[in-house]
Amino acid sequence: MNIPLEVMLQLTIGLPLFAVAAIVASGQKPNLREAVTIGTSLVLLYFVVSLYHGLTQGETINVHWFDIIPGLGLNFKIEPLGMLFALVASFLWLITTIYAIGYMRGNNEKNQTRFFSFFAIAISGVMGVAFAADLFTLFIFYEVLTLSTYPLVTHAGTERAKSGGRVYLGILLSTSIVFFLLAIILTWFTAGTLDFKAGGVFDSEVDTTLASVILILFVFGIGKAAIMPFHRWLPAAMVAPTPVSALLHAVAVVKAGVFTVLKVCVLIFGLDLLAILPGTQFLLYLAGFSVLMASLIALRQDNLKARLAYSTVSQLGYITIGALLATSAGVIGGSMHIAMHAFGKITLFFCAGAILVAAGKSKISEMHGIGWQMPITMTAFFIASLSIIGVPPAGGTWSKWFLVMGTMEAGQWILMAVLMISSLLNIAYLLPIPCRAFLPKHKPVNENFTMKEAPLPSLIALSITAIACVTLFIYPQPLYELAEAILKTTETFYGK
Amino acid sequence: MAAPLCLFLKRPKLVWLFTCIVTALTFLISVLLLQQVITHGTLVYELGGWAAPWGIEYRIDQLNAFILCIISGISAVVAMAAHTSLQKELSKDRHIYFYMLYLLSLTGMLGIVATGDAFNVFVFLEISSLSAYALIAMGNDRRALWASYKYLIMGTVGATFILIGIGLMYQMTGTLNMHDLAQRLPEVSQTRTVFVSFAFIVVGVCLKLALFPLHLWLPNAYAYAPSIVTAMFAATATKVAVYLLIRFTFTIYGLSFSFTTLPLNILFLVLGLTGVFVASVAAIYKNNVKHIFAYSSVAQVGYMIVGLSVGTAAGLTATLVHIFNHALMKGALFLALAGVMYRLGNVQLSGFQGLGRQMPLTMAAIVVGGLSLIGVPLTVGFISKWYLVLAVIENGWWPVAVLILLGSLLAIVYLWRIIEMAYFKPANEHSETVKEAPFSILIPVWILVIANIYFGIDTRISVGIAQSAAQSLFGITP
Repeated sequence: MNIPLEVMLQLTIGLPLFAVAAIVASGQKPNLREAVTIGTSLVLLYFVVSLYHGLTQGETINVHWFDIIPGLGLNFKIEPLGMLFALVASFLWLITTIYAIGYMRGNNEKNQTRFFSFFAIAISGVMGVAFAADLFTLFIFYEVLTLSTYPLVTHAGTERAKSGGRVYLGILLSTSIVFFLLAIILTWFTAGTLDFKAGGVFDSEVDTTLASVILILFVFGIGKAAIMPFHRWLPAAMVAPTPVSALLHAVAVVKAGVFTVLKVCVLIFGLDLLAILPGTQFLLYLAGFSVLMASLIALRQDNLKARLAYSTVSQLGYITIGALLATSAGVIGGSMHIAMHAFGKITLFFCAGAILVAAGKSKISEMHGIGWQMPITMTAFFIASLSIIGVPPAGGTWSKWFLVMGTMEAGQWILMAVLMISSLLNIAYLLPIPCRAFLPKHKPVNENFTMKEAPLPSLIALSITAIACVTLFIYPQPLYELAEAILKTTETFYGK
Repeated sequence: MAAPLCLFLKRPKLVWLFTCIVTALTFLISVLLLQQVITHGTLVYELGGWAAPWGIEYRIDQLNAFILCIISGISAVVAMAAHTSLQKELSKDRHIYFYMLYLLSLTGMLGIVATGDAFNVFVFLEISSLSAYALIAMGNDRRALWASYKYLIMGTVGATFILIGIGLMYQMTGTLNMHDLAQRLPEVSQTRTVFVSFAFIVVGVCLKLALFPLHLWLPNAYAYAPSIVTAMFAATATKVAVYLLIRFTFTIYGLSFSFTTLPLNILFLVLGLTGVFVASVAAIYKNNVKHIFAYSSVAQVGYMIVGLSVGTAAGLTATLVHIFNHALMKGALFLALAGVMYRLGNVQLSGFQGLGRQMPLTMAAIVVGGLSLIGVPLTVGFISKWYLVLAVIENGWWPVAVLILLGSLLAIVYLWRIIEMAYFKPANEHSETVKEAPFSILIPVWILVIANIYFGIDTRISVGIAQSAAQSLFGITP
């Protein structure tokens, strides 16, 4: 196939939407419907990979749709950070779809057509966020993502789902409308442009107090980055079916948040300005506080999904710290952590869902010895835990490495200590789970014991992501290059 | 202006067709007018051949051509749904009167907007108001009579105030022609009479546009009137009043008089913002969905007034854009409610249980209209909010910008009560048999819903005209 890259870029956003029509049309035939979803995600992945090749060959790819407000329209542009995010998201969409088929059928969930439709819309929103060329476009797709995931979070339709959905939508919409939108309008008013630009859009004479206010508004407004005190939506959203938690709350939604934070820091403020703003230090400590608190709360959670959710809050704090450190190592570490954490956390969620489907258990205290029953699942869990903690041989090692280097470069010793302590806490709340699962004393001895793993599609999915965690340790080169390119070659992508 | 003809057509269906055609034609004419104004500049038409200032003159500039288009467009779309909706809400023998009053009221509103004569404004105001009282009183609910009576009292007080104001102006200047008034008033602007006339007019108009705290008549009038009437008035009547306010404060009295000599901007700002919050909070506690949206209308009027209070071309643009956009949102929402009313017979919140499943298209329309009300991107509501906040920030009023955005959060709360009711509660035995609204209502609803999205994406028309109209009022050549 020889499709121009510009067309491909638009198709990455449009394709999932076409898929929605096909999914709805084939709603009566589950097999066909799932085939459509998988087919779409394969094609999407192909497009994104082709775009990646285009990018590595140094092509610039721009698309301008139309103006909504004079000077502000929908513009798309491919740059390394967005590419990284899009690659991760489209790859994991494929895996999650495979997993979801096993999970949704295994759990006999209702309204599966609606589920897969909104899933596809959400992916379209993610692609829009990833490839947005300016803040305005990004904001629009950010909101699309919020709204399209609401029906997914409340999928169960129960009273609990309703109240979870309330918190979810309430926090995400209100932070984005009150803080994020205000920050965007202030930026537009102060700088006269919303385009992402290397070195930032503000000129050097900008009032630092004003810029600090805008920065604080941004960081609070991007509620998806789950910086305390606006993190409550993430645990609340755990009422969703596990595949939703997995893709949306380990990859798409939360990463859209930190991705936006990274982009704002690097391409709206620019590292030079960021480093001298008085507000940055405050936000760094806030993020550090968020990292530690969330880890401590995670320790106390008995529900596996809730523990993972708080762990996500804490890990997102890492990425925000990376962005705010305003050093190159920090940004590289933050960007790489987007990918590393995505693979690690999605594996953990997959495992949590698999345990729920196969054994019907969601509490950690009930999971002693479950490893003998589900060895593959729990092995994957173990590997993914290592990645989140950041020890070899898993991918998380590299991103943590760069993050810690970033804190040293910036001379933020307190934050370095925070990162270290949090890693210890990670060990404390993650590792006991797989260890206890394999404790010999819980090994079942009776004769009629059989291994009962999750449905095959789910098992395949979680094995792939677990293997990916290890692969990324051995072969982090492409990720590192992309992350580095964010800083080094931004000029070639944006022109100065 | 073809109302009397209705009496001759005896069959309701024929009358309905006639009404549709007339409103559609009016809309067409308005659009043509707007095009002409844009290309050729202000149009003047002298009624009866008498030259102003003796005769009555119609003066169409970009501002009122724009408003004319909104009003006639909405009433044409609403008229499409009228026939079906009325069958459930009005006994057959009264249909003809309904259409007659509908057209009369439309005539009145168009007249107010088109005329260039201050006294003529009052005449048309009475035409539209009197027919409005009657239309509201037609509601099935007995409370409609009381609501209409309340509106009658308040409306008459408002109209009288306006008349007094106009009279005082005439006394001082000896003319009723708006154009002449604008030229002669500055000479006498420091007299007490002019201040008094201004006060009377502003209070009178604010009564009509339901600016907090003069909004008390509105919620009940909207809630108990027939759904079609609500849809039309919600989308048009307050807009006409806002237009009048703009006309009087900006054109006739002039900006420097209204905002510099008198502290009108502070007054408007405070009242507008209070209106936004008080009305939104009231909407949260209501259980009749029509009440919820009626209070939300009061809140939206608050936003328009805040836009005015900024007193810059950007602020006025925001107000005009919001007039246009709000007409689209509220038109869609109230028409969708007409669909619910048609199937359920009431619009109590509790009746919405499970409607997400029973009436998916109607409910989807309410969701989209609601998102637009909140101001979610890709809908018209977002465009309004963007311009309003930008105008406020340009003026350096940061806290106001924050308050405006906080206000839209309240909209989320009252909308989500409806949405949760419709989508999360299982259908009760009462609503299990409810079917989707008939197509004759759905089609107009979705025309408006699609307009909500279309004008949220392609803003060249709405914002472009609003901007040039605002700039021409400020004497800036675009």
